[in-house]
Amino acid sequence: MSQKDPILPSSVQRLLRTFLRYDLLDEVTGDLHEMYKDALRQHSRPVANIIIWYQAFNYLRPFAIRKKSNRNNINLIPMYKSYFTTAIRNMVKNKMHALLNILGLSVGITVTIVITLWITDELSHEKNFENRARIARVIQNVSNNGEIQTWTNIPWPLSDEIRKNYGTDFKFISLATGLNRSALRTETVKFEKPGLFAEPELTKILSLKMIYGSDDAINDATTILLSKTTATAFFGDSDPVGQIMTMQKDMTVKVGGVYEDIPPHSDFSEMHFLGPWELFVNNAPWIKQMDDPWRPNAFTLYVQLNDNATFEGASERIKEAKMKRISEALQKKKPELFLHPMSEWHLKAEFQNGKQTSGRMQYVWLFGIVAVFVLLMACINFMNLSTARSEKRAKEVGIRKAIGSLRTQLINQFLTESILTVFIALVIAVLLAQITLPFFNLISEKNMMLPWGNAVGWISCGVLTLVIGIIAGSYPALYLSSMSLQRTMKGGKSSSILRKALVMIQFTVSVVLIIGTAVVYLQIQHAKNRPLGYNSDGLISVWISDETHKHFEAIRNELKANGSIIAMAKASAPPTQTSSSSSRFEWQGKDPTLSVDFPFFTVSADYGKTISWNVLQGRDFDETRLADTASMILNKAAADFIGIKDPIGQTMRWSDQPFEIIGIVDNLVITSPYANAVPMIYVFDRNEQGSAIFRLNPEKPTSESLALIEPIYKKYNPDRNFEYEFNDVAFSRKFGNEERVGTLATTFAFLAIFISCLGIFGLSSFTAEQRTKEIGVRKVLGASVYDLWRMMSKDFVVLAVISCVIAAPIAYLLLTDWLENFSYHMGVPVWTFAAATVTTLLITLFTVSWHTLSAAGTNPVKSLRTE
Amino acid sequence: MNMEKRLGDFEEVLMLLVGIVNEEDAYAYRITVEFKAQTGRSISIGAAHSTLDRLEDKGFLKSQMREGTSDRGDRSKRIYKLTALGKRVLRESMEMRTSLWRQYPEMASMFNFGI
Repeated sequence: MSQKDPILPSSVQRLLRTFLRYDLLDEVTGDLHEMYKDALRQHSRPVANIIIWYQAFNYLRPFAIRKKSNRNNINLIPMYKSYFTTAIRNMVKNKMHALLNILGLSVGITVTIVITLWITDELSHEKNFENRARIARVIQNVSNNGEIQTWTNIPWPLSDEIRKNYGTDFKFISLATGLNRSALRTETVKFEKPGLFAEPELTKILSLKMIYGSDDAINDATTILLSKTTATAFFGDSDPVGQIMTMQKDMTVKVGGVYEDIPPHSDFSEMHFLGPWELFVNNAPWIKQMDDPWRPNAFTLYVQLNDNATFEGASERIKEAKMKRISEALQKKKPELFLHPMSEWHLKAEFQNGKQTSGRMQYVWLFGIVAVFVLLMACINFMNLSTARSEKRAKEVGIRKAIGSLRTQLINQFLTESILTVFIALVIAVLLAQITLPFFNLISEKNMMLPWGNAVGWISCGVLTLVIGIIAGSYPALYLSSMSLQRTMKGGKSSSILRKALVMIQFTVSVVLIIGTAVVYLQIQHAKNRPLGYNSDGLISVWISDETHKHFEAIRNELKANGSIIAMAKASAPPTQTSSSSSRFEWQGKDPTLSVDFPFFTVSADYGKTISWNVLQGRDFDETRLADTASMILNKAAADFIGIKDPIGQTMRWSDQPFEIIGIVDNLVITSPYANAVPMIYVFDRNEQGSAIFRLNPEKPTSESLALIEPIYKKYNPDRNFEYEFNDVAFSRKFGNEERVGTLATTFAFLAIFISCLGIFGLSSFTAEQRTKEIGVRKVLGASVYDLWRMMSKDFVVLAVISCVIAAPIAYLLLTDWLENFSYHMGVPVWTFAAATVTTLLITLFTVSWHTLSAAGTNPVKSLRTE
Repeated sequence: MNMEKRLGDFEEVLMLLVGIVNEEDAYAYRITVEFKAQTGRSISIGAAHSTLDRLEDKGFLKSQMREGTSDRGDRSKRIYKLTALGKRVLRESMEMRTSLWRQYPEMASMFNFGI
């Protein structure tokens, strides 16, 4: 074109071409041309040049400047159709790449979906109450044994005290018992249902939705409310209001109303009846007869704030409410009341030294971060594979450019391809999530479901597809389309540094996850292997009935005689829990201002022999010594705590009664296997009626022993089933939470590692392919398969090693922090780092070798012939 | 597109020039040359072109591409032409001014062409 135009400076033409509307280009060039000629006639060339430049710049006007898309008139549908066709053809042509991309992405998205469901589930606790933002429990910090403990229970007079003297902050106040099973029966039907007794305002706090009757009915001391489930169980679908029922042994109650079941994910979802507080008090006279009703902390106090009150303000005002009212002895505990808002009941329910800790919330964060990283790793794979492959596609881009593709079209084409890939992955991921949810529900003990009808879910999936598609496709789209025609055709080098950095991120995350899951597992094992202080094998426990108590000796003798057990004892609770604690222990030399709270067990004389505890000093209880009922055995922690040099034979007072310390036993792990040993007291009581503990005969198979026990137990308890619990089962239940989290974390870590393996698998295939010729030449020159393998694996191994170096301190910091949650914990074992490094290297080598070996083994004749 | 139907001063002059020059000379460059000749002021081709383009959008002008000649490197040129609407707008503008001039006391007598 420019040949026709010898005079007009080509620089001016170039300038015009950069901005001028295409349809104006011809006429404007013509006009300028004409003008230039005229100008040359009157002026020297430089002046004419200046004039013409001036004129050209004067075309920088809105009307003349090219719009971004000057192709509005083109029908875009066929264009996009063509993008789709190309995209699908590309996938079919490079099946392995497409497969790796889609597989990695869909696993990544599945993990994200599952974790999102898990987090949503965790966050959905106590969400179904209208006034949830204003509801709280009154709880207290007390000083015991020299530390601050947080108790969620309070003494019952506190309710009236707060109502009378601190009522301004609260709209509703309700004292309640804990959730307990009660036998309920009509003439014909009998069920045990969990429920609680509370002051009337609880119905308002929980905004119970009444189906029949009114929630005011609970103001009457003999009227109870039933949940829909309970009402249906007893009365079918008919209106039960006014029906008479018997509760527990002989409490006659009237049904006053039926409320909708409280949805799951709430502390109240198991509340299947609600009885009035007065009914409870009338049937438990000890409550009113106590010498100091402020002493036992046995109840819960729920409140709802006034509209203008805040949790902080109200907490501050009620802080001293209990302290002001209690006896001097109790004041030593320095109780400080505060509110625990409903929104924190589930996730932030843990306190350490009076301060709230992150509690379960840390797991929500943990999994949230894991989800983000797993998704990121999947995206990194996708990006790396696309950039690696884009070098091969540079030629395609070149040809497209040569035949007139615009840059925007090329960008669109690449983006269409990546969004399509992500979309396919998303569809597969949703299916995968649906298929694997039962498995995840099993290990997390939840009931998660995909929210098929949830618009937010679908929209976020759509947004996710677009975002991942655009991020992952952006590099080839922007980079390749920006290259000049010549460069694309020559075959440029895309940045492998970026790729290496991304692979390093993947490895680092994987290594942190490997170390993390290993440490979680080891910590659980560490706590499981903790010396219990007694022998848990073959120990079973049964809650004692009146009949068992009456015939205890007979049962024991018969069982011993038939060889099913070797020992049997009674205790206030099975060895895996405590039933009560007391602060009324006094000893010589005790600091008078010190407040204590020791859990205690009342046991029969052969308790120690039955559970095989370890007497360190002194002796065990002796059935034959009458004086032993006034004696006690301390655990080592208690002996250390009271600090008497030679405790055996000393006197300790409990509730003002003297007891002789006759023995010290090794610390027993009773409650949390992660907590430090707490001081514990054992007292001998022949009339104990809590729990019966059997030591099965180790010579006999367990099932055989159980089969021998059952008929004898039933002989003495004709109307009861033999419901027993293995001690080790009860004990391992204490690990449930950590084990669930551990299993979930392991699963996710495994998937994350799988994804990064897919990534290096793809990359190594790419490298092998790219270096086919080089390998051929090297082989011809005498390189061995081993040399070639080493040469090609080196890059990846170096990356893996660097990642391990980066990951180690990160993992160390995170894990030390996590382990601090447990008083009984191990240090982060150094060997886990070494093991993780070795594992990573092995996995890397294994993955990479798949391709490098086959490339190295190829006959050079073949590899050199390929063109 | 803005369908503003009023006529600016500069626009009016350009339209008049489109009517004045030979038909084959009514393209951007020639009009700027003519503008300089008639008013003594120089304007850039771009300024003229953008105004002509705007007038075409308003419907006062229409344009047609013509084969280029060798003196413009065989580039085509866009020939502008007044439309009927353009002519009417010009006339209205003139009438409005005349009417104003008539009412202007010192000049009123000079406008007695008896329309």
